[in-house]
Formats: sequence, C-alpha cells, structure tokens
Amino acid sequence: MKVLLVGEYREGKLREESYDLVAFADALGAQRSMVLVAPAGTVPTVDGTLYIADAAQCGEYNPEHHKRIILAAVEREDPDCIAFVHSSYGWDLAPRLAVALGAAQVSEVVAVAGDGAYEVNCCNAKLRRAVTPKTPRTILTIQAGAFSLEREPAGMPAIVPLDVPLEPDRIQFDGYEAAEKKGVDLGRAEIVVSAGRGVGKKENVGVIAELAKVLGGELGASRPVVDAKWVDHSHQVGTTGQVVSPKLYVACGISGAIQHVAGMKKADFVVAINKDRDAPIGEVADVLVVADVMQFVPALTARVMR
Amino acid sequence: MKILVCIKQVPDMESRFRVSSSGNWLEESDLAFRLNEYDEYAVEQAVQLKEQLGDIPEITVLSIGPDRVGESIRKALAMGCDRGVHIRDPESSRKDPWQIASLIASFAGDKEFDLILTGMQSQDRGSAQVGIMVSEILGYPCASTLVGFSYDNGIISARRELEGGTKAVVRLRTPAVVTCQLGLNVPRYPTLPNIMKAKKKEILSVPVADFSVVDGHATTLRLYQPAKKGGGLVIEGEVNDLADRLVGILKQKTMVLR
Repeated sequence: MKVLLVGEYREGKLREESYDLVAFADALGAQRSMVLVAPAGTVPTVDGTLYIADAAQCGEYNPEHHKRIILAAVEREDPDCIAFVHSSYGWDLAPRLAVALGAAQVSEVVAVAGDGAYEVNCCNAKLRRAVTPKTPRTILTIQAGAFSLEREPAGMPAIVPLDVPLEPDRIQFDGYEAAEKKGVDLGRAEIVVSAGRGVGKKENVGVIAELAKVLGGELGASRPVVDAKWVDHSHQVGTTGQVVSPKLYVACGISGAIQHVAGMKKADFVVAINKDRDAPIGEVADVLVVADVMQFVPALTARVMR
Repeated sequence: MKILVCIKQVPDMESRFRVSSSGNWLEESDLAFRLNEYDEYAVEQAVQLKEQLGDIPEITVLSIGPDRVGESIRKALAMGCDRGVHIRDPESSRKDPWQIASLIASFAGDKEFDLILTGMQSQDRGSAQVGIMVSEILGYPCASTLVGFSYDNGIISARRELEGGTKAVVRLRTPAVVTCQLGLNVPRYPTLPNIMKAKKKEILSVPVADFSVVDGHATTLRLYQPAKKGGGLVIEGEVNDLADRLVGILKQKTMVLR
C-alpha cells in the first residue's frame, strides 16, 4: 500500500501533527511519501520522497491552489491512500480532493481495525463507526494524536520540487489574525477548574470560579461556554483555546469532546463532575464524580474552605 | 438574492445510545432528535443577512431524512427562513457524505442560489465533508469553519477558525458555499409569533426517488461502543459525602490540597 501524506506548514513552522501522519503510515506498514507547501529549505526529518511546492509563490493557505498541488503529487506518486491531519487545513482540503479524484473520504480516523476498516468516533465519542471505502483510492483525515511516533522523527527526504502554475483563485487569503493574548495564561496554572455546558447558565459560572479561587487555581472553560459568551475566550481550554498541563484539572459539567480533551490531557490528575456516568470525560478522568455540578461544586467549595 | 441553508436533524447528544439490530446504525426508536447545532449557526447567519439586506433575499431551508426532520425544518422557518424543502428519505442515515452532497447539489443545480450555508459538520457523524463537497460539485468557491461573516455587494469577507485561536481572513465572491463553526453568531430562539407564522410557511416535500441517487463511496460496516479503557474511579452518592471523599482522594493522590 502506498500512502501520500499531506504535511502542514503555517506561519513559519512545520506543524508537528505532520509527524502523526508518518506514524499512521508506519502503523499500516505502508510505503509513504509526503507533499508539503512550505518555503524552500523547509525539510521535515522524514525519509522517503518529499514533494514540495514553494509557499512564497503559492501562499500558505489557498485551498484551490493547494488542491492542484496535491493532485500533481498524486499524479506522480499514484497512491492508494492520501492522508491529512483532521485539522482546519486537512478537513478543508480533503473533501475537495475526494470530489476531484472520485475517491471515498473517511474523516477523523482514530484507529485501523483488524479487517482494515477505518475507525472513527461518532456521537461525541460515545460510539465508534468502522467504515470501509468502496473506491480504489481513499482520502483520510487522521485525528491528531491518535497515531504518534514512538521515537524522535529521523531521516532525510529525497526532495522533488513541484511547480504548479498559479491560476486565478476564487478565494482570496488576506492573512492571519493572531489569537487574543489578553486575559489568563492557563498554560502556567497549577490548578485549573473549568466550566462546561453542564453549568446551565451564565449566572452559574460564578460557582465554578469560586471553587477555582478557593483551590488557588484559574478558571477554565469549554468551547460552548465561551461561544455562549458566558466566559471570555482567554479561558478556553482545547485545540482552539489553550493547552494546559496543571497538577489538578477539574472539569465541571464538561462532556469531554475530543477537542477539549486534547487541551487538558497532559494534566497530572483529572477530576470530572458530570451527572452522565457515560460522558466521554470519564475515560480521561482519574475520578469521575457522578453528580449535578450545581449541587456538588458548592458542597466541595464549602468542604475545601473548612 | 437566493440563499439555501442545508440542515440535518441529529440525535440529542446527551442520549444513551444503543446500536440497532442491523449493527451499523443507531437504534432510533428511543432517541430524541434536534436540529444539528452547527446548522443553527448557518440558519442564523442566513437570517441576519436577510435582515441586513432589507428582506431582499429569499431563504430556502433544505433537509434530507425521514418524516421527523419536518420538525427541524419548522424550527428553521420559525427562526426566519422563508420556505422549506424536505427530501423524504427514510434511509438517509445509510448514505455517505458523497451521496448526501450529490443529492443537495442535484436539488440546487438549476436554482441559481447565490449563497449556500451549512454547518461545518454534524454532531452525530462529524465528517465535515458535505458542504465542501456540494461546493466542489457545483463549482462554487467555498470557505469552511467560519467564525466571522460579512457580506457586501457580492463579496463575502470571512474569518476561518484555525487551531490555537488563530484565524485566517479570506474573501470570496458569490455564488459561494460557506460552512459555519460554533460561535459564528448567537442563534436566536424562535418566538411564539414566529412559530405560529412558520406553521403557514410552505414546505415542499419531495421523495428521494425523484432524484437519481449516486452510489456511495464508503459504507458503515459496524457501529459499536468503544471498549472502555477503564477510566478512573467513579464515585456516586449524596453530595456532601462525595465532597468529603473527593477531598480525601485529592489529599492522598495530589499535592494540591493539604
């Protein structure tokens, strides 16, 4: 089996998740090559063929041009499978390529089953689907962290420059907008107590903040709480917020969406409070307290203050 | 201006899920269904655009699925869409994203929509493919994962959410497809008068048999509960006792409480 990996480069850096793709191909025992849009001279430490197009000419982000570049690599390499990271880059490009190639796409693969079916999460990771493609070629997006290299990446690729002529693109990229830097630096906090949708309403966030305060920690939040504007974005934990690694993480009314777990799984000790015993957060928690957050947290705060 | 919003009805994610006897989809009989959360943002954005342009756009809301999806179409109508289209398909959950996208494109193909909005993904399958595939089939430009949207004179200015809070700022010209991320706007609750008005709005119901359905590219072989890795200790009971137990555990296992 031949796999073409689509590496990711953004704002001056090769994204680390590109190596997850290498781990995925290795787990499959597949012959691999990589295609990357990056400035000349960017070389991932990976062996095999590296097709590289110059980002200075074609832009770091441009789905229509990047699609043409990947198609040029597909034409040369003739892979059975094309793998992206399931990221804002990968999930945006993969369906474009799937349509162009008439190929099946399987999104956010977390494992490969014994019979070769691709396993993906379903319904907030409460269930899993095993999906089999029916086309000769398959496009995959791989969940970041699902496959990771056991050793430091090594090797030198054989570089093949790709020069795909620029065509007028219908999507104009005007640049990046940096994340807001104001607010809390959760990355350094030793204790983070986070509020999730389970707190019910904005007025209840204070109860969670109070627990954070008596524990001497910081208030965190899951995405729905930030989206509902109950808490400022600077408190958000997860892939689109901050990655935290505290000694204690307390998840209050957080179901445990993959994107949130990715932001807190480095915590030393995780306490989850949730009335749903089956909530996926239970899988990563050292202690799952099955209780209503708004009843339990005030009781805990009172007990800690005693 | 003609706007199409594509919505999906999904099971409530708080449900306790069981696998159907076929082994490859959910047992639906005991589930509550609701409008896919991401699609609520798409509906809201369409309605806000209509408000901005002073009622000029016409908003069609489309859903594919069994009879029950009529409820989600009604909700979108109560939020401000003008008319509904229901492609009746009791087997929609067996179709892959390519088939669903092809159906939508087949419906939209000759209707010259200026803007098509979808959620960035569904809450049940989360494939994040359908909207982008529709754009590719129709030959429209597409921007995905929008957390910012503005429109002026045929140009959409959008902010795409990337990782770590970074956004990409892009522009594209209509006709176009956009897919909507959580946080793009604040979806409104339908008011009672609008719920009443929605009852009078037209829902065109078309059997899926009226379309030529393409073959799927992938099949769900099995659906199953993932093996529990064990997780940690689970404690239940009266809240004050639980608080005592938890404090005891934290003192024993961590250095954060003394």
